[in-house]
Amino acid sequence: MVTYIIRRLIGALLMLAVVSMVTFSIFFVVPRLAGVTATDFANRYVGRAATQETVVEVAKKLGLNDPVVVQYGRWVKGIFVGSEFDYGSGVEHCPAPCFGYSFVTKKPVWPDLLDRLPVTLSLAVGASIIWLLAGVAVGVLSALKRGSLFDRGAMIVALSGVSLPPFFTGLIALSLFSYGLRITAPGGAYTPFSENPAEWAYNLILPWLTLAFLNAAAYARLTRAGMLETMGEDYIRTARAKGLKESTVITKHGLRAALTPIVTIFGLDVGILLGGAILTENVFSLPGLGKYATGAIAAQDLPKIMGFTMLAAFFIVMANLIVDLLYAVVDPRVRLA
Amino acid sequence: MSDNFLDVKNLKVHFPTDDGLVKSVDGLSFALDRGKTLGIVGESGSGKSVTSLSVLGLHKGGRAKISGEIWLDGEELVSATPEHVRRLRGKKMAMIFQDPLSAMHPYFTVGAQIIEAYRIHNKVTKKVARKHAADLLGRVGIPQPDRRVDSYPHEFSGGMRQRAMIAMALSCDPELLIADEPTTALDVTVQAQILDLMRDLQRDFNAALIIITHDLGVVAELSDDILVMYGGKAIEYGSAEDIFERPEHPYTWGLLGSMPRLDREPTERLLPIKGSPPSLINVPAGCAFHPRCAFEGRTGGKAGTEVPELAETEGGHLVRCHLPREERRAIWANEIKPNLESA
Ligand SMILES: Nc1ncnc2c1ncn2[C@@H]1O[C@H](COP(=O)(O)OP(=O)(O)OP(=O)(O)O)[C@@H](O)[C@H]1O
Ligand code: SF4
Ligand SMILES: [Mg+2]
Repeated sequence: MVTYIIRRLIGALLMLAVVSMVTFSIFFVVPRLAGVTATDFANRYVGRAATQETVVEVAKKLGLNDPVVVQYGRWVKGIFVGSEFDYGSGVEHCPAPCFGYSFVTKKPVWPDLLDRLPVTLSLAVGASIIWLLAGVAVGVLSALKRGSLFDRGAMIVALSGVSLPPFFTGLIALSLFSYGLRITAPGGAYTPFSENPAEWAYNLILPWLTLAFLNAAAYARLTRAGMLETMGEDYIRTARAKGLKESTVITKHGLRAALTPIVTIFGLDVGILLGGAILTENVFSLPGLGKYATGAIAAQDLPKIMGFTMLAAFFIVMANLIVDLLYAVVDPRVRLA
Repeated sequence: MSDNFLDVKNLKVHFPTDDGLVKSVDGLSFALDRGKTLGIVGESGSGKSVTSLSVLGLHKGGRAKISGEIWLDGEELVSATPEHVRRLRGKKMAMIFQDPLSAMHPYFTVGAQIIEAYRIHNKVTKKVARKHAADLLGRVGIPQPDRRVDSYPHEFSGGMRQRAMIAMALSCDPELLIADEPTTALDVTVQAQILDLMRDLQRDFNAALIIITHDLGVVAELSDDILVMYGGKAIEYGSAEDIFERPEHPYTWGLLGSMPRLDREPTERLLPIKGSPPSLINVPAGCAFHPRCAFEGRTGGKAGTEVPELAETEGGHLVRCHLPREERRAIWANEIKPNLESA
């Protein structure tokens, strides 16, 4: 088991390294192949008003003429020990972990990301709890009452849930509950949990439900299918033959096996979500990572996009790692492999 | 009421399906006492498993339509509430399943599964139950039982898993034990060991034992009585001696002929039965076996139109065939038996 964990850990670190190289190449090398020069990059920092000499000077100071490998090395070094930036108005220190300087705000990217993280975290945690509980509950009931009115109704709702994007359901929810009934927040506001938990929840409840609806639908379908399959297994018959109560057969023997793949998918979904729920955050104007990323892309602010991508990749790789380890704990057969 | 410990009377188990009504068991009767062994034999699909599952009440709540009577120790189970039957399951009657790899839960240790079975019916601490589980594993011949209780099913070999499955079934001292093809998934040498073990345990526990198999060889030495099933019905029922020494049904002759023997290559079957098992939805008219029967022509056309009765031929030996008793005996003595022996 210990070697398994170590092996998986090394794998995760390698994965992150590869992701960083690939993203770095995409954002800094590919544009050059397309004809963007070092001075064009420097231009983004100093602004169009600067003279040609200043731009060339800045490009030199920022090391934009160095070979890509050197630049990548500098970028990685910045993450661990911080780095110095000089884009014409004196040396600025960017403390570790330094993910670069924004073209637009001329500030380090990392503190911005940190600012946005709690919003996305709140959104992801709240929504994922709701969709996991609701999705699994509906899925299990549907499976146990297969073919019933409840099952059919639930599966029709689930099918529509899977096919409706959040900008549609979110807008409908907003107009219905916030503007029509006026019982939820109209969006755009975020209050930290530490300041006022009630307001925190009030502002987030609609985004939570919107995001949860989408995923709950998928989880209900998955759970139903998994449960139907598991309840037909031989070991369920064995459990009944022992004289176990049907409720124990379902929860201890059936759910246990049916939920294992669900937990895996759940871990990955939450990992992906931590990198920002782009659609939901935009519909509700929540200042989270997803909205940050859309802003950065619109402004072509490469250092920001790069920093965001690395953070999102980090969450996904970590989620993968945790899920793999969890799987080995849940399913003893995995430990052998 | 009934005098026998287990008495099944006119059991019918039918499944409504989209294709029609599947008559998996259609009017089956048999009886069994404590300390005795009944072998139920028949080809795949003859209704053996469905029969055993209905004794344990495992069809209840499903789509199955069940009628008839199942008396166990003076109690009728078909009409009993599901909750009542559940309380008997595992304790009064237990089951050993065919494929122990799929029949044991992959996520729980072997010990945990035995402990669970024991603690459903006995209010004891986990520690006591664990000791009991290890004792049982030792009893069924698993080495180092104190260590192996913590193993998972996939860490056992096929034979060990079947032993563990037997230990689980025995955990509450059941009075009726049903083994559904307990050796089919195992290779030949292990099969013999498991059968030996079952014989020993049967003696020690004095339970009523039902062994289900499609292979007469498996029940040859173990059974007191043998019930031969075809298409959901009994076609011959008698003592082991009746079935092996003076079988009277053409299908039983076929089974005897296709019995694998230790002195022969497993692939080499003496007289395989032609054709395939009958559909349980459109059961052949008349004698269900007539499309495959070599003696169908000797019944004067009755075989295709009239369902033969399960009738007593002598001393509790029952046969379902239109052929007159004397003719059946003559065929066995002159045509079948010499053939089996010379081969
Ligand atoms: N739940 C069910 N619904 C519909 N048909 C069923 C059901 N359970 C069993 N059957 C049918 O009943 C018939 C008898 O099945 P059963 O499992 O008793 O056969 P068997 O004698 O045990 O055969 P095998 O040697 O293959 O185990 C089969 O044709 C099977 O398809
Ligand atoms: S009744 Fe006829 S067809 Fe059926 S088993 Fe007897 S001889 Fe064969
Ligand atoms: Mg069977």
